[in-house]
Amino acid sequence: MENILEIENLTVSFDGFKALNNLNFRMNAGELRVVIGPNGAGKTTFLDVITGKVQPTSGCVLFKGRNLQNIPEFKIARLGIGRKFQTPRVYLNLTVRENLDLVCNRNKNVFSTLFSRPKSAERRTVSGLIETVGLEAKVDLSASLLSHGEKQRLEIGMLVAQSPDLLLVDEPAAGLTDEETENVGALLLALAESHSIIAIEHDMEFVRQIANNQVTVLHQGSVLCEGTMDEVQNDEQVIEVYLGEAPPTPGE
Amino acid sequence: MGSKQEIEQKQRRKKQFAEMGIAISLLIVLSVLLPAVLPAFQLRLAGRFFALAIVALGLDLIWGYTGLLSLGHGIFFALGGYALAMHLKLQLPEGQLPEFFTLYGVKELPLFWQPFHSFPVTLLAIFAIPGIVAGLLGYLVFRNRIKGVYFSILTQAALLVFFNLFNGQQELINGTNGLKTDTETIFGVLVSSDDAQKAFYVITIILLGLIYYLCRWLTSGRFGRLLVAIRDDETRVRFSGYDPTGYKVLVFAISGAIAGIAGALYTAQTGIITPSFMEVPFSIEMVIWVAVGGRATLIGAIIGTLLVQLARTFLSGNFPEVWLFFQGALFLIVVTVLPDGIVGWVKNQGWKDVFAWFGYRPRVQTYPSLEQDLEVIKEKQDILGE
Amino acid sequence: MSALLEGLFSGISIGSVLLIASLGLAIVFGLMGVINLAHGELMMLGAYTTYVIQNIFKPLGEPWFDFYIIVALPAAFIVAAIAGLILEKGVIRFLYGRPLETLLATWGVSLILRQCVRSVNWLLVISVGVFCLLFFGGRVLVSRRLDWEKIKNAVTAILLPVSTAIAALAGILMGSVPALSKAWFSARNVDVTSPKWLSGGVKVLEFQMPYARLFIIGLTAICLLAVYLFLNQSNWGLRIRAVTQNREMSACLGIPTAKVDALTFALGSGLAGVAGCAVSLLGSVGPNTGQNYIVDTFMVVVVGGVGNLLGSVIAAFGIGTLNYLIGSGVFAFIFSESDAFKPLVDILLFFATSSMAKVMVFALIISFLQIKPAGLFPPKGRTAEL
Repeated sequence: MENILEIENLTVSFDGFKALNNLNFRMNAGELRVVIGPNGAGKTTFLDVITGKVQPTSGCVLFKGRNLQNIPEFKIARLGIGRKFQTPRVYLNLTVRENLDLVCNRNKNVFSTLFSRPKSAERRTVSGLIETVGLEAKVDLSASLLSHGEKQRLEIGMLVAQSPDLLLVDEPAAGLTDEETENVGALLLALAESHSIIAIEHDMEFVRQIANNQVTVLHQGSVLCEGTMDEVQNDEQVIEVYLGEAPPTPGE
Repeated sequence: MGSKQEIEQKQRRKKQFAEMGIAISLLIVLSVLLPAVLPAFQLRLAGRFFALAIVALGLDLIWGYTGLLSLGHGIFFALGGYALAMHLKLQLPEGQLPEFFTLYGVKELPLFWQPFHSFPVTLLAIFAIPGIVAGLLGYLVFRNRIKGVYFSILTQAALLVFFNLFNGQQELINGTNGLKTDTETIFGVLVSSDDAQKAFYVITIILLGLIYYLCRWLTSGRFGRLLVAIRDDETRVRFSGYDPTGYKVLVFAISGAIAGIAGALYTAQTGIITPSFMEVPFSIEMVIWVAVGGRATLIGAIIGTLLVQLARTFLSGNFPEVWLFFQGALFLIVVTVLPDGIVGWVKNQGWKDVFAWFGYRPRVQTYPSLEQDLEVIKEKQDILGE
Repeated sequence: MSALLEGLFSGISIGSVLLIASLGLAIVFGLMGVINLAHGELMMLGAYTTYVIQNIFKPLGEPWFDFYIIVALPAAFIVAAIAGLILEKGVIRFLYGRPLETLLATWGVSLILRQCVRSVNWLLVISVGVFCLLFFGGRVLVSRRLDWEKIKNAVTAILLPVSTAIAALAGILMGSVPALSKAWFSARNVDVTSPKWLSGGVKVLEFQMPYARLFIIGLTAICLLAVYLFLNQSNWGLRIRAVTQNREMSACLGIPTAKVDALTFALGSGLAGVAGCAVSLLGSVGPNTGQNYIVDTFMVVVVGGVGNLLGSVIAAFGIGTLNYLIGSGVFAFIFSESDAFKPLVDILLFFATSSMAKVMVFALIISFLQIKPAGLFPPKGRTAEL
């Protein structure tokens, strides 16, 4: 199968501190990959690099075989990478429908946005998405009135509206109730059928719910191990890292 | 669902008709009745106020909707004014130069004055030059993701720079003294004559209407929503595949062009343009017009301008010392107590808060309101439809 | 040689004025992200304080008068710091997280302060005193009641117009007493006489170094050192730096962020006062004194980057020196030796006045920001987000 994302020897350093250290990573198209790791393992930086927010110090990111070096964020997004942030980021002063409609726009140039009217196909996509994320009752409410969980769902909906090939989801379950967590999990699983997804998560319950194949563990900026959920859970290194029983490693 | 949409559409059309009616009758009152009733002096004053309301519209576009506070709109305003003034100055017999040139011993018309012989070029220049300058400045600033207060200070610095540029060039543009247009003619009519002023007044009203509709069109569709999105969360916009720079540059350029038109109209009705139009206080004052009326509401920008200008004429005529105090207090009040301006206050039914202070409790509303409940909607349809 | 030396000295001297003026601004901006448009007016307050102190010392005669500046410096610091504290507690505190609104509010304050020094007289002081007594006194009295929270807004809404009316009435009633309604400073500029030991200068080669300028350079160095030591060695300095880096975390760790904000703002304002005292030695002082410095000091902050003293120092001296070198035509002079640079010399000569130099410097700043959008020392890593 073709690799949708390939990362080779990626290093990112801030003032000498290496947030990512010689990281290698690859994933297949259509996969749902969960990335876990303790605080400061470099998970968010990992996403920052893929989306072009942070430029790598060395190494490269290949998306569908194309090097993402020096491509601005908005072009990477147009190439087909969508990102959901840790805290929900929706446009608070727009309604739910407007939020989705804006992202759904196929041609994002200034003048086409100005002159063209929304196409009926796009309008149908929006209506479909509203149903998918379950916000039918609140389509015309401004997003600032939504609850945290609803905002999370709306943002995932916005991601999908972008129709990306690769979805990057940063801690989708953070701050949600158990029920909402399960909803989001189900939503992600449904999306995984048609998209490649990288999900970063802390909540092990949630990881177990969605991780149906590979899980990657990050530690100190590089990949510690990779495998199915069971393999990872029984890996000695991982247990050490998470539970802090590791003998002091030299050079830390 | 079909019937619901139809009802909505009908309501929308009704609303549109009502709005059109109000707009057209306002236009008639302002452009036909007012000139007939008001004496020449007051009419000229009113014309100036409406010209300033046009800048406020442009400023609202960039600040209210896009969230970029420009403290340098005086540049564009003055550029438009200068463009018109230069054309008026050139209404001379062939081979003659505007009188101030001879004072500084300039024998030949500077090159950049040449195009202003032509009326169409001048008309173009009035909005194109400020628009291009704004676009260029905006591009250089937005490209590097400079925003927030940085953008505000840079526009202010740019304002000072343009002020110095025009103020220091005696031989090219008559420096501090500026260009006087009152004594010049346009199409053979003295600019300061009542007829010409009346014409300028009507043109101002018509342009105000047109620009209002332009701004409404800009802010109502996807483009307008994107502007709001940029204001709310620019990073998210970028990750959604839009390049905010282009949008910001375009909207800043449009805003600058609008300010240029306003500047030209204002100059024609003031009778002079000087670099003092590019002084720091004037440009910040423009912001308060928008803020008083209500940000991100176009009608608010117009209302705010008119109110503040009326207050200014009244106060600085009768109690000149109080005007600065009043203006300062206005800034403080609008920012702390009335962040949404007058229109926002009315829209949010702010008087209910005031009643609440005195113990009156408004009726609690359900959230989400019953009107949006699917079952209620369906029941309504059943009653209305079948 | 002497031209270059003179250029260097003048550059450092202008730069040190800029630095002392922008030091407070930079600290406040670094900590709270607040650009204080009233900073120039706080400088003006410092300058007027110096003027008052000088007038108090004048009748004391020679040996005492020479040292009024020693008293004036701390007095200017304290007056400006108190004004800053009131500003922070009264306005800015409510606007954190809304930098653009803060910008407007501080502009309002700046307008009020400017008009204040123009028209301040006993009448105004008494009226304001009466108002404060009634309004705040009334609030304090009522706040002892148990249902204070409930009636707070209503009480405010009643007290505000009532006390305003009574204060205005008191003002009008006493307006007939001429002694009370005589303005303290009037709108005209006032002159601060330098003490004898600061007039004159030392001669190096054929070029005069005024003592007043040397004094300002020394004063700037002392202020810089004091601020550096305060920030890096004292407990409160540590707290200020902590809040600068991460406000929420600091609050969680028990640092009283509100106190830190107030302290920082008072410190920044106090430094503005000292700067005002310094500039009063250079020329006459008027209500608009602050406006002359405000944009230049902003540019120092923009170029220097946020929260870095070294950045501000380099930026201030860089901008000061460039301004002088371009404005005085030294650059043009250097290149004029060879004919090959003729067009360049023409351009440089065009900019060789102090106001045109600002145009050139602004262009250079904009090009500098193309390379380093966040200033000389941008914040890095995760904290740099957003």
